[in-house]
Amino acid sequence: MAKMKEVLLDPIFKNNPIALQVLGVCSALAVTSKMETSVVMSLAVIFVMALSSTALSLIRNHIPSSVRIIVEMTVIASMVIIADQLIKAFAYDVSKQLSVYVGLIITNCIIMGRAEAYALKQPPGKSFIDGIGNGLGYSFVLIAVGFVRELFGSGKFFGIEILPLVNDGGWYVPNGMLLLPASAFFLIGLLIWGIRVWKPEQVEEEN
Amino acid sequence: MQNDGIKKIITVSLGVCLVCSIFVCSAAVFLKPMQTANKELDKIKNILVAGDLMKDGEDPVKIYNEKIEAAIIEVATGEILPEEKCVDELNVDTYDIKVIEKHPKYGMAIPADKDTPGIGKMPKFMIIYMVKDADGAVEKYILPLYGKGLWGTMYGFIAMDKDLMTVAGFTFYEHVETPGLGGEVDNPKWKNSWKGKKAIAADGTILINVIKGIVDKTRPEAISQIDGLSGSTLTTRGIDNLVKFWLGENGYAKFFAKLRKDGSNG
Repeated sequence: MAKMKEVLLDPIFKNNPIALQVLGVCSALAVTSKMETSVVMSLAVIFVMALSSTALSLIRNHIPSSVRIIVEMTVIASMVIIADQLIKAFAYDVSKQLSVYVGLIITNCIIMGRAEAYALKQPPGKSFIDGIGNGLGYSFVLIAVGFVRELFGSGKFFGIEILPLVNDGGWYVPNGMLLLPASAFFLIGLLIWGIRVWKPEQVEEEN
Repeated sequence: MQNDGIKKIITVSLGVCLVCSIFVCSAAVFLKPMQTANKELDKIKNILVAGDLMKDGEDPVKIYNEKIEAAIIEVATGEILPEEKCVDELNVDTYDIKVIEKHPKYGMAIPADKDTPGIGKMPKFMIIYMVKDADGAVEKYILPLYGKGLWGTMYGFIAMDKDLMTVAGFTFYEHVETPGLGGEVDNPKWKNSWKGKKAIAADGTILINVIKGIVDKTRPEAISQIDGLSGSTLTTRGIDNLVKFWLGENGYAKFFAKLRKDGSNG
């Protein structure tokens, strides 16, 4: 049981897909200007990761290695379409803001990477947990970045006003740059720096 | 490995595709009614926002059904289309600008020199919404408008008071502008600033201007000016163009002219 816990929790800080493996950064830039979109995107990625890892693990002994990648893509793409449809049905307003990025989960390297590296070799139960764990690792970064960008970029948290803006008669002058995708680069950079100061073993050796 | 035989490859590929397609199809089919309902509801909400009819805690559909009457007009003449001509795609319940503008019969190309909003094509027939008071008299006209912003086409509504001069409301229901910059078109405060502005003069001249920067309230022309959105010059310019286009002679001017004439006769 202790091992399962490791599988679940390791990807959050110890082996974070964005912070350590630097995968899936592009979507992390695009959807993190608000908490709401960050959270929905995180849930979609966890959903897709957990289910596609489980499904691939179930049929792992029957997948011919020559068409391995295509089979993985088919399963992942199907899960993404289902996730997209669910969001459109249950959170229409958010789906309008996420627009193409849900569809682009297909190209998120984290999912493909975990399918290749883990789900094809491990039993379904563990693959499911691994999918959730890595999804949580991704979510952690997304939500952290989304929190900073929404709070300091538009003075809000989940759309609720925290820092009253000058535009609306308050005192806070929002930092417009935080709302541009490039700012997420800086934030992710700072986050990776922070994690590596805390866990020095993650620092790559210099050549 | 025996997994790599041709037969096995084909069976597994087909099997995976089949199972996946069943899942995708059932998701699409079962969720479709909810998605369509969401889209409809979203549009209704935006019509109500433009017409300033939205009330917290009340069902938008109910307000819509009580207060609003939709009609289709011919843009070139300003005539309201009689019911028997509202056939095929020209149905008030299913009307979709994106379908009609491309329709071989109901859409038309805009000459390049007149195409200030950069949309290329427009419908020959537009849907309009009339807000009625308790006695059935029209209080406001809610008119769809659209045009290019920075990243894509912005779709919205402008509500005109029954005097056909004053703006009663303004909103976009679909756009892809930068959140926080051009996306501030969704800011309720900015949308409210449209209310009460004088958009059109009594003779039909268009007065409204979305300016760069903040309106100087002490000047007489401030009554027809809207603040530009800071940090989004191109979005602001797009809004200025599309509002002038749709209120102008290529847009609803004929419809307004006809209403004015009918009003003075009756």
